[in-house]
Amino acid sequence: MELFANQVLAGIATGAIYACMALAVVMIYQAIDHLNFAQGEMAMFSTFVSWQLMQWGVPYWGAFVLTVAFSFAAGIVIERLLFKPLAKAPILTNVAGFIALYAIINSVAGLIWDFTIKQYPTPFGSSPFLGSQLISTHQAGMIGITLLMLLLLFFFFRFTRVGLAMRAAASLPESARLVGINTSWMIALGWGMASAIGSIAGMMIAPVVFLEPNMMLGVLIYGFAAAVLGGLTSPFGAVMGGFLVGIFENLVGTYIPGVGNELKLPIALALIIVVLVVKPAGLFGRAIVKRV
Amino acid sequence: MSAAEEIVTEAPAVEAVPKRAMTLGYGTSLVVLAALILIPLFVKNFIIFQMTMLLIYALAVMALNILTGGSGQFSLGQSAFYAVGAYTSAILMEHAGMNYALTLPIAGIVCFGFGFLFGQPALRLSGVYLALATFALATAMPQLLKLGYFEHWTGGVQGLVVTKPDAPFGLPLSQDMWLYYFTLAVSIAIYVASVNLLRSRSGRAFMAIRDNEIAASAMGVDVALYKTLAFGVSAGITGVAGGLGAIAVQFVAPDGYTIQLAISLFLGMVVGGVGWLPGSIVGSAFIIFVPNIAEGISKGLSGAVFGVLLFLVIFLVPHGARQVAIVAQQLAAKLKKN
Amino acid sequence: MLSTVRIAAIFAAITAVAATSTAAFAQKKYDTGASDTEIKVGNIMPYSGPASAYGVIGKTEEAYFKMINDQGGINGRKVNFVSYDDAYSPPKAVEQVRKLVESDEVLVVFNPLGTPSNTAIQKYLNSKKIPQLFVATGATKWNDPKNFPWTIGWQPSYQSEAQIYAKWLMKEKPDAKIAILYQNDDFGKDYLKGTKDGFGAKASSSIIMEESYEVSEPSIDGHIVKIKAANPDVLLIYTTPKFGAQTIKKTAELGWKPLQIITNVSISVGSVMQPAGFDNAQGVLSAAYAKDGSDPQWASDPGMKKWNAFLDKYMPGVDKTDNGVVYGYGAAQTLAKVLEMCGDDLTRANVMKQAASLKDFAPDTMLPGVKINTSATDFAPIAQLQMQRFKGQKWELFGEIISGDIPSE
Repeated sequence: MELFANQVLAGIATGAIYACMALAVVMIYQAIDHLNFAQGEMAMFSTFVSWQLMQWGVPYWGAFVLTVAFSFAAGIVIERLLFKPLAKAPILTNVAGFIALYAIINSVAGLIWDFTIKQYPTPFGSSPFLGSQLISTHQAGMIGITLLMLLLLFFFFRFTRVGLAMRAAASLPESARLVGINTSWMIALGWGMASAIGSIAGMMIAPVVFLEPNMMLGVLIYGFAAAVLGGLTSPFGAVMGGFLVGIFENLVGTYIPGVGNELKLPIALALIIVVLVVKPAGLFGRAIVKRV
Repeated sequence: MSAAEEIVTEAPAVEAVPKRAMTLGYGTSLVVLAALILIPLFVKNFIIFQMTMLLIYALAVMALNILTGGSGQFSLGQSAFYAVGAYTSAILMEHAGMNYALTLPIAGIVCFGFGFLFGQPALRLSGVYLALATFALATAMPQLLKLGYFEHWTGGVQGLVVTKPDAPFGLPLSQDMWLYYFTLAVSIAIYVASVNLLRSRSGRAFMAIRDNEIAASAMGVDVALYKTLAFGVSAGITGVAGGLGAIAVQFVAPDGYTIQLAISLFLGMVVGGVGWLPGSIVGSAFIIFVPNIAEGISKGLSGAVFGVLLFLVIFLVPHGARQVAIVAQQLAAKLKKN
Repeated sequence: MLSTVRIAAIFAAITAVAATSTAAFAQKKYDTGASDTEIKVGNIMPYSGPASAYGVIGKTEEAYFKMINDQGGINGRKVNFVSYDDAYSPPKAVEQVRKLVESDEVLVVFNPLGTPSNTAIQKYLNSKKIPQLFVATGATKWNDPKNFPWTIGWQPSYQSEAQIYAKWLMKEKPDAKIAILYQNDDFGKDYLKGTKDGFGAKASSSIIMEESYEVSEPSIDGHIVKIKAANPDVLLIYTTPKFGAQTIKKTAELGWKPLQIITNVSISVGSVMQPAGFDNAQGVLSAAYAKDGSDPQWASDPGMKKWNAFLDKYMPGVDKTDNGVVYGYGAAQTLAKVLEMCGDDLTRANVMKQAASLKDFAPDTMLPGVKINTSATDFAPIAQLQMQRFKGQKWELFGEIISGDIPSE
């Protein structure tokens, strides 16, 4: 029983990583209606930028704010330069564009900062949290930040004019245009916000997994899985999905005899697929009714 | 979130391609065929090897094209079917001592079954959800191949070394040359069969589903059957390609069939033109040669150069090689008129 | 009569000339890829893709040969180092190696990286009788001169290193309960096998847990929690650098202090121990054959001074904490030595023969006392390791230099 409790706690700690990333995934999905494969790399690049700022002597929170601002701007620039011209191209061509962006960012980061792992500071310290050695203060802080972002996103989408306009632009672009919403800029704004959220995720994750150009490779897979499990239309679902995947995965690895440990990712993914087959819009997502 | 999400008209993921436009005219086909037959006689062995790989990847890209361009289902899991095909061939050749040519149909059938079964749960999923499910399959496959329980057969993490076949009947051909022509024959047979499939009743059913699933079912198309069938056919062809790949490379290992391969095949399809079967060979050429070009330009930044080249291609021709072909056709028609 | 004598004399003269010219030919013999002015060396590395971190090895080797060429080359010949990207994919490795051999026409293929890639090209190179020199992987199978006379390893094999740990543990901690954390691939499985072989009959009673992880996992904290629950005394860490650092950090965070032994692959002071936290890494054990570029104890070592001077001139700005830079330098120096030993007989057979006749060769980057020895029956160049313990901010060597040669099965 103690092992079970420990594994659940450890799962929550790891799940916080996935939840953070899943929020960014949901954000971009809300804005452009599909997944961005380069999202993890963008977050990694932002994290390197903040690391570089700190190397130059900028204090942590200063670097944090500058990086979020930089990522927001960079997200908008990327959308305007690279994806606006592809707005009329087929979706699959856009996906190819994401893959190209992925390759570019990964390779450039490797050239600038090398591939050796780097220590990344945490503002929360890494002592045991509330007496439990399984969750450190950093992980507790990360969960706190994730929940804070969730709250902000909720208010943004629910109560601000821009948030409502963005939702309208993503779900009914033509009607949104008719009521005077600049849908094209809404998409750019979505990119900026997703990129900013991603940068926060990156800065929270880096102290745990260490900073290096490939750090987001695995995180993004889990982030996608978490977002899809929770429902791509629901930020709350994505965060829950993140924790669930983390717990799922640890329990599979611990309790399924024989293959459990070697196959914990495939089994976790298979479970998610089962969930999707039963609830195609994810656990907390709204089903989209399609008219012919 | 609200009723606003009841989408009235949604752009289909894959725009409709009329069925005749999915293939190539006779004249052009013959020119391409002649080139594929003649070029190997004049080049070095390693280029023949590259051309063999070109055909093999073209087959795999075409298989994805049948699934996505034909039936509108999206897959990032083609590397898994490719791996199953490769391992089937390798295991039959090395453990059962079977002739390489006989292993290919078996690889195809095994993968067909595998794809057909996978298509069942996939039926309930669409769009990003299907992408995730197939993506999961692609990530899981190398781990399954490494599994200790199958190690006796798969060689585990070390993989299996495969013997390259000699030309039969004492033909005076090098191993590479023979394997190339063998692959070419298999590819042509599969290409012709695929073209016919898409022109047949089943092909029309695929395309009806692609264009509008609900309308197709209203017209009496058995949507579930044809969707899983498309998965099966696509997986089967990918499996044959995988088997050929194992023979050509003479080695199978879990590291050869990662998600990287699935992404490459996907890029090949986009560059070749979604829904245009002849584009598969252009897409295949892209995924084999462009990384080499990128590396030639800058070793440290080869990934970035590749990304930039890919962006250039999709900016210039967002519909891939198909768009080039259509423009060329229009030009040719104009010239004829004049 | 006279004419006969004359003819005989002329004939003798001709044979004499012919004889001397064959003697001259005997001095200078070339295979494809070598000439009076140039030696072509081929290489494949993962410059792109998931293993691109290793690309620095190829870049170091390229820079090393540039330095050699600037110093006048090897026996007056410039080394032309042709290196291609295989993206860590076996099919791509085959394509690139065939390009090297058939299009670039290299003399040898040197230091190709990765067990899967090397396995994929081994048969091809051996059937063409082209040396596959000093492969950059620690699998045991490269030491198999009988079946693969054209393939030779370089670094100590993973299995022999693991056996050293097992033997040390049996002697020093005979009753310890041991847990193994390993990467689920050829690298991790080789260590696992070596450890079990080293323990022999005691393996099943000593090793209480074997836990594997996938390289795609972002964090392996869950595994550490699970291992801790089994409460072993010793944790063997057979991981790549990132996961090694995660393990050392996490065990400390859990307030758990088992005896930790970490693979030689992940012992860089700058890129493993420091990120993991020096406080957390105190007392960790490992074995080494090369000096660490970021370990201050080698600051005044003549070999490492040469290494530093080389980096400053030919690779300015390179990350010196990267083990790949030390590795590439040592491997390239070994090849340079072999090519020098070949003299003017630059045939593939002779290169292979010289590679298998290294006697007590010590590249600048090897630990004091570690020497490269090869013979016609020993294709494992570096077979010596020394145990070390992490203390303060550096590794402290202890004990004898241990030879861990094991033949391939």
